[in-house]
Amino acid sequence: MQASTTSSKSDSSAKPVVSRRFDRIFLALSDVASFMAQFFKEVFVPPYEGKEIIRQCYEVGVRSLPLISLTGFITGIVFTNQSRPSLATFGATSWLPSLISIALVRALAPLVTALIASGRVGSNIGAELGSMRVTEQIEAMEVSGTNPFKFLVVSRVVATTFMIPTLAMFFILLGMLGSYVNVHQNEATSFMTFIDQFFSSISFLDINSTVVKSIVFGFTIGMVGSYKGYHSSKGTEGVGRAANSSVVTSMFLVFIEELLALQIINAIRAV
Amino acid sequence: MNPKQPRYNDQKEGVITIRNLKISFGDLHVLRGVDLDLYQGENLVVLGRSGTGKSVLIKIISGLLEPDEGTVNVLGQDVSQLNSRELDALRLKIGFSFQSSALYDSMTVRENLEFPLIRNVRNLSRAEINKAVEEALEDVGLSQTINQMPSELSGGQRKRIGIARTLILKPEIMLYDEPTAGLDPITSNEINNLINEVQERHNTSSIIITHDLTCAKTVGDRIAMLLDGRFERQGTFEEIFEDPNDERVKQFYEYNFID
Repeated sequence: MQASTTSSKSDSSAKPVVSRRFDRIFLALSDVASFMAQFFKEVFVPPYEGKEIIRQCYEVGVRSLPLISLTGFITGIVFTNQSRPSLATFGATSWLPSLISIALVRALAPLVTALIASGRVGSNIGAELGSMRVTEQIEAMEVSGTNPFKFLVVSRVVATTFMIPTLAMFFILLGMLGSYVNVHQNEATSFMTFIDQFFSSISFLDINSTVVKSIVFGFTIGMVGSYKGYHSSKGTEGVGRAANSSVVTSMFLVFIEELLALQIINAIRAV
Repeated sequence: MNPKQPRYNDQKEGVITIRNLKISFGDLHVLRGVDLDLYQGENLVVLGRSGTGKSVLIKIISGLLEPDEGTVNVLGQDVSQLNSRELDALRLKIGFSFQSSALYDSMTVRENLEFPLIRNVRNLSRAEINKAVEEALEDVGLSQTINQMPSELSGGQRKRIGIARTLILKPEIMLYDEPTAGLDPITSNEINNLINEVQERHNTSSIIITHDLTCAKTVGDRIAMLLDGRFERQGTFEEIFEDPNDERVKQFYEYNFID
């Protein structure tokens, strides 16, 4: 029989191969790997859940936009204001737009956007799918001839994978505007001069690496939230745990990925 | 209350045949060799205490769980031998009414009913979809709830909408998981009557999982009692409960049923 996507039996009485703890870790890793493999298997095979993907893009992208915009704008103002005294010591306040652009594009925008999305979107996906699992909605979908994995998981992961980079770009845009407001107030720099300096310090590699990083962060957030929610159990307690675990795990993975990406980008820069 | 008069085909054409079905969860042996037949047009009530594997049984029938041993034959097809596509096709002939109703929280009643229809019946016009939804809601007497969200419905209404959602695909077999659980006696009676109406109007063959003896007596053409992982007693309501020699059956009757 085909493996059921909704219910599984766990054999807790089985004799451990190494030790119970290691067995659990390896079983969990193999479970995650098969979950990811199923995603890549389902994502390219029709029928495509276009309508649901668009709905999820709206949920992830448009609904996160106010928070991301506000955070980006304030980050731009605060970061510019806090950086000014250090540059003023060397009489280099004219370098502020360059400093801000490098900080925003290379690090702040992808990282802060991913962390905000982990909290807002990751927990939402974990709680929603967890709640659907414990109230048998996922099983109901399966018995009505619908592939719940494709409808629920693939649509959400695709949405986060495309929307987090878009949100990161909005973060950069609003951060730049916030920074300009502060620079204009203090240095009376014109908008065109500010824009010119802002973009002169960043390269295509910076932009590309930010987009690629954000795609990876988005995929991670969607995948972790979906995995935790889809495998939720133990009633309402399980739903809470799925939501919480989605946030903690995706934030942790985002930091790890950021560190790895830094090494890779530095290596590319050195070539 | 008089027990229901048995209503099933004299020729006893089987729609579900289960043989030697076994399933365990760790050390817990839930089903220990179950044999069961569901015949065309009958309502078969599966009785048993909580945790005896009643819901597990119908999840195996619909392919949601995989048994350790045994065969489940539904409408002439061995469920364990079906691939994913064949299983989906078979599932369209089986309506599954969940204990929790399992309505999709993020959708209105109309969207809940449309969901299986749009996905499984191709080339339907908007007018045909609307007509099917309205008819399904009329069947369960809840036409006025069409634009409501599941959170705005009562427990009984949710059960009815859940049944309407399964009926929209015109299934040949209905599986009801604890249809009266958590409902007051009057609403429970309405649900029992609805199960009988569904049987008569759509000529469905049904398995009703319950531990509610009033429900069993009202809807059951035949009762199968799950005791220690096997169906040790099968027959009409009277055959099972009149002069029960088995202490477990006697206890079930005395503590569960007020006539």
